[in-house]
Amino acid sequence: MLEVEQLVMEYGRFRAVDRCTLTVEKGHITGLIGPNGAGKTTLFNMIAGAITPTSGRIRYLGEEITGLPADKRFHRGLVRTFQIPHEFHRLTVLENLMMVPGRQAGESLLANWFAWGKVAQDEREIEARAHETLDFLELGHVADEKAGNLSGGQKKLLELGRTMMTDAKLVLLDEPAAGVNRTLLRKLEEKIAILNRERGYTFILIEHDMEMIEKLCHPVICMAEGRVLIEGDFKTVRSDPRVLEAYLGETVGDAA
Amino acid sequence: MEWLGLLNYAVFMAIFICIYALLAIGLNIQWGFTGLFNAGIAGFFAVGAYTSAILTSPPEAGRVGGFDMPVPVGWAGAMVLAALVAWPIGKVCLRFRSDYLAIATIGIAEIIRLVIKSEDWLTGSARGITGIPRPFGDLPYIHSQLAYLALVAGVLLVVYLLVERQIRSPWGRMMRAIRDNELAARAMGKDVPSRRLEAFVFGAALMGLGGALFAHLNRAITPEAIDPMVATFLVWIMLILGGSGNNRGAILGVAVVWVIWSFSEILTDRFPPEVAVKAKYIRVFLIGLMLQVVLRFRPEGILPEPQRGAAAKEKR
Repeated sequence: MLEVEQLVMEYGRFRAVDRCTLTVEKGHITGLIGPNGAGKTTLFNMIAGAITPTSGRIRYLGEEITGLPADKRFHRGLVRTFQIPHEFHRLTVLENLMMVPGRQAGESLLANWFAWGKVAQDEREIEARAHETLDFLELGHVADEKAGNLSGGQKKLLELGRTMMTDAKLVLLDEPAAGVNRTLLRKLEEKIAILNRERGYTFILIEHDMEMIEKLCHPVICMAEGRVLIEGDFKTVRSDPRVLEAYLGETVGDAA
Repeated sequence: MEWLGLLNYAVFMAIFICIYALLAIGLNIQWGFTGLFNAGIAGFFAVGAYTSAILTSPPEAGRVGGFDMPVPVGWAGAMVLAALVAWPIGKVCLRFRSDYLAIATIGIAEIIRLVIKSEDWLTGSARGITGIPRPFGDLPYIHSQLAYLALVAGVLLVVYLLVERQIRSPWGRMMRAIRDNELAARAMGKDVPSRRLEAFVFGAALMGLGGALFAHLNRAITPEAIDPMVATFLVWIMLILGGSGNNRGAILGVAVVWVIWSFSEILTDRFPPEVAVKAKYIRVFLIGLMLQVVLRFRPEGILPEPQRGAAAKEKR
């Protein structure tokens, strides 16, 4: 579904991602782990189109998308979340979700003046879907709150919620568990599994919570210093000496 | 006679407030809702004023036109041409960050002013264009003023309602999202550059309309009217003072600034001539002082931007 070939991202003389090559199969939840600074988020930014790689190629659904702008990738079903929440802070929580669906009738200037009925109908459907999403994420009570006022964990949930507002094919989740409480975390895992099973979403998941990685991800890819170190099932990756070395004391096996 | 004079003045002022309100709403679309720093309002104002003047004035030797067309054609033409001028500017400049856009738009407004000042065949250079027809211009003076006021107030009302509908619509929600976090808006599939361009062009069209209404009010337009102080920076002060991001605030800001601007003129004109010249500067000082005071106590303007999206709460 997604092929990354020899991808390089250079900042000056520093290589954040160094000839990274990997493949993601349709229908899988691929885990992406590695110590801080391994280049995981930089890789996400290139796959999502937020930054353009120095060299290398990205193919998605059989087509090259290396130079395609981020918004066009979204419309092809490639959706991402941000590690540091990027909520629209002056919009309400509900509005944060309602702005997501693509090609809304009300996004055209003329439709708002001449096709009022169509716009209103679209809005009703989008609002219903947004409330469903909020109820699932247990954010219903803050629907009309300014998103900037949410707690860190709630913002992470809102990030996930936005990916549920569109018919995504490949979802890039950047540390969805960080700052989310345990109970909610289990629900989050469950929802990701349901989206994967029933809606056929493919996921790539960056996460430091090894319990979550073990439960959800197959295969697991470990990155270090901008490169893929090893790919395989969780147990193989976890016990590989190179992985343990890369973490240098940030013990992988701890949580599991 | 004194009160009649005051009434005349009040009507004249009200007309100006309506025209400036169009400029402020245009700027509000660009700055208040989209975050685009347009410092060249005077340029779009001028394009609108001259376009409508050329389209509707009677033919004159040595100059393009006039084409003697009906006034509504002139006004529509003013909006279209202001939008057409804004399009390439936006296309090139909106990629810059806001401070560069400000510099670029100042420069372009200045170019437009110089073209108007020197291109005799197009704009009549320093003489300007005269004989611009004025709607209801044949009525007695005060009736004519009142009728024109009704007309511009009607135009303002329609524009206000249309823009408010835009802002409350999904379009407005998307624009506010872009303003809040461009990176996330792009990741959520919004085509940020063309949406910004849309807002820039839409705002410029309203500025062009304001220019046209101004030209028809005076029956003439000369390069002196394209003063950046009055046509650009005063509008900025009005919007910031009234409350950017709030159309009612924009209109209120226009009214407050214009009333102070005008009354201080009446006041300083009564001073002995040698003082009066110096006192002119007091007016600028007063406006500046008021801006300081308002921003000290109400940093978001007299009427701050409301929390939008709360409408959904009332519905349920």
